[in-house]
Amino acid sequence: MVRRVVLIGNHAVAEAVKMARVQVVAAYPITPQTIIVERIAEMVERGELNAKYIRVESEHSALAAVYGAAMGGARAFTATSSHGLLYMYEMLWWAAYSKAPIVMAVVTRTIGPPWNIHSDHHDILSVRDSGWIIAMAENVQEAFDLTLQAFRIGEDKRVLQPVMVGLDAFVLSHTAEPLELPEQSDVDAWLPPREPLPFVMEPGKPFAVGNVGPNEFTMELRWCVWRAMERAKRVIKEVDEEYRKIAGRSYGGLVERYRLEDAKYVVVAWGAWCGDMKEAVDILRSEGYPIGLLRIRFARPFPREELIEAASGAKAMLVMDRAVSMGMEGIFSMEVKSVVGGRVPVKNVVAGLGGVDVSYDEFVEIFRKFIDEYESGKYIDWTLPEWYMPWRGGSR
Amino acid sequence: MNGKFWKYVPQNLELEAEEDLRNFLRYLLAHPTPGSAGATGTWRTLKPVIHVDKCVKCGMCWLYCPENVITWRPGEYPSIDYTYCKGCGVCSSVCPRGAIEMVVEGE
Repeated sequence: MVRRVVLIGNHAVAEAVKMARVQVVAAYPITPQTIIVERIAEMVERGELNAKYIRVESEHSALAAVYGAAMGGARAFTATSSHGLLYMYEMLWWAAYSKAPIVMAVVTRTIGPPWNIHSDHHDILSVRDSGWIIAMAENVQEAFDLTLQAFRIGEDKRVLQPVMVGLDAFVLSHTAEPLELPEQSDVDAWLPPREPLPFVMEPGKPFAVGNVGPNEFTMELRWCVWRAMERAKRVIKEVDEEYRKIAGRSYGGLVERYRLEDAKYVVVAWGAWCGDMKEAVDILRSEGYPIGLLRIRFARPFPREELIEAASGAKAMLVMDRAVSMGMEGIFSMEVKSVVGGRVPVKNVVAGLGGVDVSYDEFVEIFRKFIDEYESGKYIDWTLPEWYMPWRGGSR
Repeated sequence: MNGKFWKYVPQNLELEAEEDLRNFLRYLLAHPTPGSAGATGTWRTLKPVIHVDKCVKCGMCWLYCPENVITWRPGEYPSIDYTYCKGCGVCSSVCPRGAIEMVVEGE
């Protein structure tokens, strides 16, 4: 039996943390993440969650604390956003290359200046090379589901890597949506207590983690994590499929395919705005355009095979980016092109930075322009990304 | 597989994960063993010498030795393992009785 409730995204994540029976939580407040750990603090205080809650003075220490907890064998969770995530950067690498299966919620928020608490994906995508598995939800239900799945994926002995679960600031974090929660007993059976892997530190059995060694040791550790990430692609699909047994729902693994079967025009994006893109796809489909959406759920490991498959039947692809690498182009655009390179022309549109809203009818306009440009042969101009800034009036 | 150039396509996930875990533990963790960096006593230019006539068996040298090469139990005189002592002189500095003299090696 599932339970139907209405929760905001942050409370949905906290609920998943509770149902996962997390043992150690350490976090430092930052908008828009704060209410995740506030709610967890309430759960611990009320005795609903039997966890150690560690107050710390910074995000660097928050991740260091849960890293230590994970090395001690505990199931550990933290959450952050934006500047907080950047402050963790050094510890991200230590956690990932110690194979500490931590789960962290990242409520995506742009990075200053100017001060701005709204969503884009610069924070979570700027840490994509740190060795973490990185996922992103489309809606509140998925934020809950991904958080539970993250523990299973990260703790799987074929993977053993930390996992980030992203959800867009305010659009999901502070927006109430109906969702279904699985039974606690089903979750307990599906997500048993952590095994003592990859190793557990115990008093009286001293060893040093990450001590200095020959340079080859570094490359060997990178190779271990590389291989774990490659295996994670299969494990993520498997976990997503098995999740159906307790929740009645799965998403398709590393990506979700929306009306892609016969699509000649493929839009690629991730995050909450994909909900609006699906509406735009429906509208254009009703007008006869063969368009579909490939929604990325995991940026790491990257869905290489899925993108090649989607490109093989397509005429053109459009990558919608909410994060841009200055002097280059949208971050997903670079990644998609590096994978599908040469198979199809790829257009990149950068939009929605700093939380700028893009509505479904604007996506209709953006998608239609993309199709028109392809059909009129203007795709030779696609080498440069296009910035969508409608308030400026007219396009240049 | 053996060679200089490596690519990875997962096949047997369990087996390969076990192999990786063994490598990972080897490359990430260092278990304390005496002299894992070799006979570091050869690095020494100054040698700490304990003058037992001044020693009050307080154990400060044992407590402070950064290399864990001093053996001591309450009520006993400390002794230094010169195979691994690097001659840093911390013991000599912290000794409250001036009982540890740093002597130039080879003299």
